Amino acid sequence: MLENYLPILFFIFFGLLVGAVVSILGFVLGSHHPDPEKNSPYECGFEAFEDARMKMDVRYYLVAILFILFDLEIAFLFPWAVILRDAGLFEFTAMLIFLIILTIGFIYEWKKGALEWE
Amino acid sequence: MFDIVYQYLPYPLAYSLIILIKIVLLVVPLMVAVAYYTLAERKIIGFMQIRIGPNRVNLSIIPGLNLLRGFGQPIADAFKLMFKEIIIPTNANRYLFVIAPTLSIAPALAAWAVIPFSETLWVANINAGLLYILAMTSLGVYGILIAGWASNSKYAFLSTMRFAAQIVSYEIAMGFSLVGVLMAAGSLNLSEIVAAQQGSVFHWFWIPLFPLLMIYFISGVAETNRSPFDVAEGESEIVAGFHVEYSGMLFAAFFLAEYANMILVAALTTLLFLGGWLSPFQGMGVLEQWTAWIPAPFWMFAKMSIFMLLFLWFRATFPRYRYDQIMRLGWKVFIPITLVWIVVVGLFILAQLPPWFDSTPITTALASR
Repeated sequence: MLENYLPILFFIFFGLLVGAVVSILGFVLGSHHPDPEKNSPYECGFEAFEDARMKMDVRYYLVAILFILFDLEIAFLFPWAVILRDAGLFEFTAMLIFLIILTIGFIYEWKKGALEWE
Repeated sequence: MFDIVYQYLPYPLAYSLIILIKIVLLVVPLMVAVAYYTLAERKIIGFMQIRIGPNRVNLSIIPGLNLLRGFGQPIADAFKLMFKEIIIPTNANRYLFVIAPTLSIAPALAAWAVIPFSETLWVANINAGLLYILAMTSLGVYGILIAGWASNSKYAFLSTMRFAAQIVSYEIAMGFSLVGVLMAAGSLNLSEIVAAQQGSVFHWFWIPLFPLLMIYFISGVAETNRSPFDVAEGESEIVAGFHVEYSGMLFAAFFLAEYANMILVAALTTLLFLGGWLSPFQGMGVLEQWTAWIPAPFWMFAKMSIFMLLFLWFRATFPRYRYDQIMRLGWKVFIPITLVWIVVVGLFILAQLPPWFDSTPITTALASR
């Protein structure tokens, strides 16, 4: 049983190895002529005049929070979805109630304008 | 096939060696496929725009191949990128900047571990296959997030913000459409999901789950950051987005990861909705007999190439979406449709709608065996 998961461990290490080899190859084979102008952050020909880590729109946070909520619902649906074909009307109704509550929340955030991007 | 390895080596060593051989046998063709997918992209979009595309670099050493103009282009590109200087900007977080491409390509490759190409052709056949793929595709986001943050460039930063919010929004729609597939198949194991579609073309899940197929594939296009959802790269507004500061092989790693992910989405769409390696002529009498000699992986690759072509076709056809339109499509169109369709699929299952949901589910069949 656990034996089946060994290839996955190997594959993840192999993926990291490929990434490392590609990067190292680039550093070894590529030329290296540093220059203050070349190494400055790209800004369409301007000199960078302030730090790039600026304030960001709060809506990005909002989207992230909503994502966490919805992603948890999906994780919650997974085990139910796998057994539904062996289950009956009771299990279906139970999840239907849950989905209705979820939809009410979804409608609320829609009406509140949390999904608006102007 | 691998018996000889077991004869000469102790079991754990032989087992590990065989796994490594399998991984290399999967990754090397994948890399070649990625390389030639980029050539196909340039050629196909070229022909769609009545151009020729790359046609100068030929492989005239191999006889016959010099008819295919531009066939050596990906190899030439790879060599060019190898000898390019890697620039690390002065303000960048050096370590994060250097490891970001690795973090991007590792999950893109690792996700392939559970993809079955036929009943017997896979690297790992695990029960939580689909869950593992979801985990890996989500992890791929970190590479790009870290790249955009570590660059400390305004364009990269803007791109990262857009990318994070976009990926996150489409992952919900994607997750809900996967729930639909799980309901229909009753298993998280990809081989069992394909086995549940056995019968004929009309037994595949693309008919009962048609809206989910559409949403899954479009979300896949958005997740891999492809046109028309490529605001994170958006050449005309933010130059190249998160990889504006990257050059040489570090850039190539991002490129490989993106294309490996595109092929992965094509493979998954095939497995989940179009019956994977099952022949389209199954259950068609004479036609089935005539095509019986064709190996199963051929069908898998044929179906995958349809979706891979669609990726390129989209890019040649659609103009880029505006950012608020992308978010509206993800949240206000896809999520309501998937929510409704999950309930509809549930009703199908309760009604035991033939031909998809009338037989015993595959998990029960396996348990009683």
